[in-house]
Amino acid sequence: MEKFLLKYFNLIRAVIAILIGIIISVCIVYIISKEPGFSLKSLFLGPLLSKSRFGNFIETASPIIFCGLAIAIPFQAGQFNIGAEGALFIGAAVGTAFGVSTNMPAFLHIPLVLLVAGLTGAFWGFIPGFLKAKWNTSELVVSLMLNYVAYFIGLYLINFHFRDKAAGWLVSYKLPETAWLIQFVSGTRIHIGVIISLGFAVLVYYFLYHTTLGYEIRTSGFNIDFARFGGINVFKVIIIAQVIGGFIAAIGGMTEVMGIHRRFNWQISPGYGWDGVVVAIIGRNNPLLIILSSLFLAYLRVGGRILNLLSDIPAEMITIIQSIIILLITAEAFLAGWKYRITVREAKAKEVGHEPST
Amino acid sequence: MGNILSLKNIVKIYPNGVMANKEVSIDIEENTIHAIVGENGAGKTTLMKIIFGEEAPQKGEIYYKGKKVNIKNSLDAIKMGIGMVHQNLMLAPDLTVAENLILGIEPLRYGVFLDLKKIIELTEEASKKFGFKVSLNKKISDLSIGKKQRVEILKALMRDAELIILDEPTSVLTPQETEVLFKSLKDLKNHGKTIIFISHKLKEVKLIADKVTVMRDGKVISTNDVNQLDEHMIAHMMVGRKINFKRIHKAKKVGDPLFIVKNLSYLSEENIFVLKNINFEVRAGEILGVAGVEGNGQTELVEILTGLREATSGQIFIGKENISGFSPRKIREEMVAHIPEDRMKNGVAEHATIEENIIVDRYYQDYFSNNKNLFLDWKYISKFSNDLIEKFKILTPSSKAVILSLSGGNIQKVVVARELSSNPQVIIAAQPTRGIDVGSEELIHNLLKDARDNGIATFLVSADLDEVLKLSTRIIVIYDGEIVARFDDIKDITSKVLGPYMLGVKKKGD
Repeated sequence: MEKFLLKYFNLIRAVIAILIGIIISVCIVYIISKEPGFSLKSLFLGPLLSKSRFGNFIETASPIIFCGLAIAIPFQAGQFNIGAEGALFIGAAVGTAFGVSTNMPAFLHIPLVLLVAGLTGAFWGFIPGFLKAKWNTSELVVSLMLNYVAYFIGLYLINFHFRDKAAGWLVSYKLPETAWLIQFVSGTRIHIGVIISLGFAVLVYYFLYHTTLGYEIRTSGFNIDFARFGGINVFKVIIIAQVIGGFIAAIGGMTEVMGIHRRFNWQISPGYGWDGVVVAIIGRNNPLLIILSSLFLAYLRVGGRILNLLSDIPAEMITIIQSIIILLITAEAFLAGWKYRITVREAKAKEVGHEPST
Repeated sequence: MGNILSLKNIVKIYPNGVMANKEVSIDIEENTIHAIVGENGAGKTTLMKIIFGEEAPQKGEIYYKGKKVNIKNSLDAIKMGIGMVHQNLMLAPDLTVAENLILGIEPLRYGVFLDLKKIIELTEEASKKFGFKVSLNKKISDLSIGKKQRVEILKALMRDAELIILDEPTSVLTPQETEVLFKSLKDLKNHGKTIIFISHKLKEVKLIADKVTVMRDGKVISTNDVNQLDEHMIAHMMVGRKINFKRIHKAKKVGDPLFIVKNLSYLSEENIFVLKNINFEVRAGEILGVAGVEGNGQTELVEILTGLREATSGQIFIGKENISGFSPRKIREEMVAHIPEDRMKNGVAEHATIEENIIVDRYYQDYFSNNKNLFLDWKYISKFSNDLIEKFKILTPSSKAVILSLSGGNIQKVVVARELSSNPQVIIAAQPTRGIDVGSEELIHNLLKDARDNGIATFLVSADLDEVLKLSTRIIVIYDGEIVARFDDIKDITSKVLGPYMLGVKKKGD
């Protein structure tokens, strides 16, 4: 039993953290809501109660998965690039610009638009990567600042050059149908991009754990001095990890545009890049676990949105509940003492078992 | 004489499940020098940390001067009269000697201001009383390691320590500095102090200690009067089998110069010549040992030789090929292996598995990866790693175990296994057995000897003079970035002969 507990400690800790988070949320809801039963139902079961809400849940997970992967790759290389948000935003903006100004058959248009967006994001990852590799600037600061640059360049591009004046609000022209990602579940907006995101997660997993370049990335992240000592070209790795990250984040933003809105309609940054940081940390930078953590976060987000729409609980409260759960999961020291006590008992038991032989 | 300190059935388990002390009981007699010896990982340091209040035992009792005590932290220990000199000295480098000595017990004026005059008075008085000459106004960072250690001891004395623990104090000292330390320790004993002396150098134990406790695998094997045991008996108890102490410097057949360094100099960022015009050659089938006190340019030299640092001038050759300025990978592809001086810094990735650590220099080569070497072949890697684990006697449950779960000796064996299995013609080994147990040390020494007999040229840098003397075919001595002596025939060379060169007192023309 105790061996089992030790082996699955991280998983058990996550479950306990979620349970505590739920209990705290229940308490908060009971304190501030006039109809707590209904509110709780909206929050925790809301995403499952209708087909369209379930669709919302799945489609929200997709860009979060992309961004989680985009963050996990540089993180695995030991590079704290948090520029997924900016790469996603500017990638989608440039991709949209390219999409609305070109005409070709769908089998070319879709991949090309994705590619243009991806390359833009890749360039956005290249900047902090190169600066870090060459002059040891902090990729954290640079990527963070570049998020603002991306935001304003993206807005400028869409609002001044590709704005659909007929639409009545600040959005781009609609993408031609040849650049749409099909929504394939009727009654929802679940689109091909969801499948692409899952495909990317599997690909990135394979890339990190089964290719030589993935090994170089992970080894540099484990210990960069060791990587250099072993002959790995660390300069290259630092840049490539961030380039790939930017590429994937931008694809995530572009699929969202192509699959759901069919035009660029973000006037504030959507925040998926930050969710990406959260799910990468919860999923311990493992692409397959990132799928799970993204679904979890998307579920919370959609539940929160429903709660906000239908109940008397303010949106701020919902954010607080979400934060508590995330905080508990990411706190390394949470339950560490408990783990230690089990370890001590295990070690003692083992010693007693060995004793007769000496 | 009574016991100043008694430990009864101490048990300590670390959070990672390692049981460092298993029912340890030791009595320390008052006014003696009591040595505690054992391989690394035997639990010596843990036990000392428990006495000094830095670790809490799960079980067991401590009696100090006959009274049962509960030492919650090092402050408690100091108040009781226990002082400790750690392996890694704990001094503030930017403060002066006097300031360090007085840290935490500062005399104050008006309760707020430092009483500088009093500080000098107090520290002078203490250094006179115990015959410790130190320059009180010098900055700690300007002192040699030996002097720093004296400051540490004096610091303990000024806090009225009756019992002083020294954790491997001689591992960083030259033979001459060790002599001075031993003289002071004997003086302290004459002043009525009790000393616990941790070491794995048996010669020193014989020289200085009254009593010796041998620990192995977290347990006490025995406590005896030192004069009842000889070195071999102690070693036998430490590892549970016999150990070979003989020098092995007779090389079978020495070939042509294989690894040649010409006029190598290195100017540091601080504009100091860390290496000055270094010249040497290592021939196939020999081990060239470098003796020297640490910090005299050895680290930089090894880094330059392995491509991790760029020389300011000079050339490096393998045979006739000039490899100066090559990247670490290109140097490795010239069949140069590198055992780094600090395995945890760059010898391993501690959170990665043994397999991932083994392949760092070869993952991109055939068999380890396929399809234009883009995809790793984990099956082959596992098999390869398991072969090495067996051949190099690495103690681990699996090749997929994380490095951090291994003991220091086994981690070093992973490093050595990787480097020696890369089929090298040149080995650059820096501190190859630092801080590891006698058993692993012997294994690594034998491997280096075998490599030598197979015609490999080995460049050995070690702060452990015994190791240099035991393994080398020839020896050079480095001091302040210069080669100050060369010994081609080392039959009659002892640490006494090398000492003055290492300290820069003597210099020998080429």
